Amino acid sequence: MKRSISVSVVVTLATLFVMPMEAVAKDAMTGKEIAFDRKLGNCLGCHSIAGGSQPGNVGPPLIAMKARFPSRAVLRDQIWDATVKNPNSLMPPFGKHKALSENQIDKVTDFIHSL
Amino acid sequence: MKKLTTTMVVVALLSSTTAFSVQQSSVVQADIDAFQGYFKKRFPNLSLDDFSKGPYAMSEDKMLQFEAAMDMPPFEDHVDKGEKLWKTAFKNGKTYSSCFSGSDETLRTQFPKWNAAKGKVDTLEQAIVDCRVKNGEKKIGTGKGKLAWMSAYLTTIAEGQKINVIVPEGDAKALAAYKDGKKFFYAKRGQLSLSCANCHVDNPGMRIRGDTLSPALGQITHFPVWRGKWARKKGDGFGTIQRRYGGCNKQVRAKPFKRHKSQYDNLEYFHTVMSNGMEISGTEYRQ
Ligand code: HEC
Ligand code: HEC
Repeated sequence: MKRSISVSVVVTLATLFVMPMEAVAKDAMTGKEIAFDRKLGNCLGCHSIAGGSQPGNVGPPLIAMKARFPSRAVLRDQIWDATVKNPNSLMPPFGKHKALSENQIDKVTDFIHSL
Repeated sequence: MKKLTTTMVVVALLSSTTAFSVQQSSVVQADIDAFQGYFKKRFPNLSLDDFSKGPYAMSEDKMLQFEAAMDMPPFEDHVDKGEKLWKTAFKNGKTYSSCFSGSDETLRTQFPKWNAAKGKVDTLEQAIVDCRVKNGEKKIGTGKGKLAWMSAYLTTIAEGQKINVIVPEGDAKALAAYKDGKKFFYAKRGQLSLSCANCHVDNPGMRIRGDTLSPALGQITHFPVWRGKWARKKGDGFGTIQRRYGGCNKQVRAKPFKRHKSQYDNLEYFHTVMSNGMEISGTEYRQ
């Protein structure tokens, strides 16, 4: 019994140590970095965005966002799951499919809203 | 000689109706007509064979890049190596050709082929590996390397021959394999939830990052290809069509399937049938 407790303590300590380190690395990323990272948002795959090079053009350019999305919540919904508004959307459902965490989506939303 | 063969074929046709009545499934023919019709309507200035140039057919600028690269093909040495490998006899004295019917020039367009006895699709690459094993040689890896070079040699000598892949009318199993491939092609997949059709039917000519998307029509006429991107990784730049399937699956953050299992074999069956009537254009360069 004693042994198993100490083992689980070690495991917990280890996870406490490993998990936050990774989370910290990702937490330190800005919304822009997350949006541009090929393994995360890769929004440039389909949209041209100020400051990004070699954008795709499958989706519309992301400009004047506050004019088109006065509500930040509506913008966030579009990023979380674009198929709600357009069932045939080509845009990946980043939140629904957990391609980005909720926190990352918040940051990306802020960044896109600022464009 | 040619006359003789024709006469023989005619005699054979007359003498045996069952063996030669392999006709394209009418369901499949209707799909082919609709698929090709869609692309012709969307790109009225392109001829059927133009589609085989993929992203390069989408703009004059891109075509110039392609032509420049093909002026000094970066892959000829390996196609030559493929030819040597193909023509080198096994330890038992037999050659690869002994495993196939018809001349080497016709092999590319015979595949993928429905194998009624086994109830599965045979691909050219798998048939080459099977031929080795049948003759007491070791298996070799698929996707790239020696197998891709031999396959590229067979594609090179098949230039100008027309694709004519048949899903036999009345064969329910063959139709099921075809339909399975079709379903794969249109199914959204991976964390990014995109289908082959989303990119290569809905958006040819558009860009994903710096890559211009090719139309699905004619995507198989020039495989294996030599790709700059693959050459910069490990290896020599060659990849078979199923290597490319794996790459496109990874792009949408889906786990690629094993090569030469039913998923990709059936996909290759559907994918190739859609380009029936197009000419094999020989091994080509890709970005
Ligand atoms: C695979 C292509 C693709 C990717 C990757 C993609 N989008 Fe989209 N996006 C689209 C398409 C296509 C549309 C057009 C509307 C629709 O179909 O939903 C769109 C629409 C949008 C819109 C609405 C624009 C408007 O004017 O209505 C926003 C905002 C947006 N995307 C943000 C993003 C963000 C942020 C990312 C990355 C986290 C991203 N997109 C990644 C394809 C993509
Ligand atoms: C997110 C978009 C996307 C999806 C989804 C996708 N591809 Fe691709 N595919 C590309 C890009 C980009 C290229 C490189 C440019 C080109 O040739 O189209 C490519 C290239 C190819 C090529 C090489 C064409 C040539 O001439 O060299 C084939 C074949 C292909 N894709 C088949 C498929 C199949 C089959 C699927 C589904 C399993 C698929 N793709 C899914 C984006 C995609």
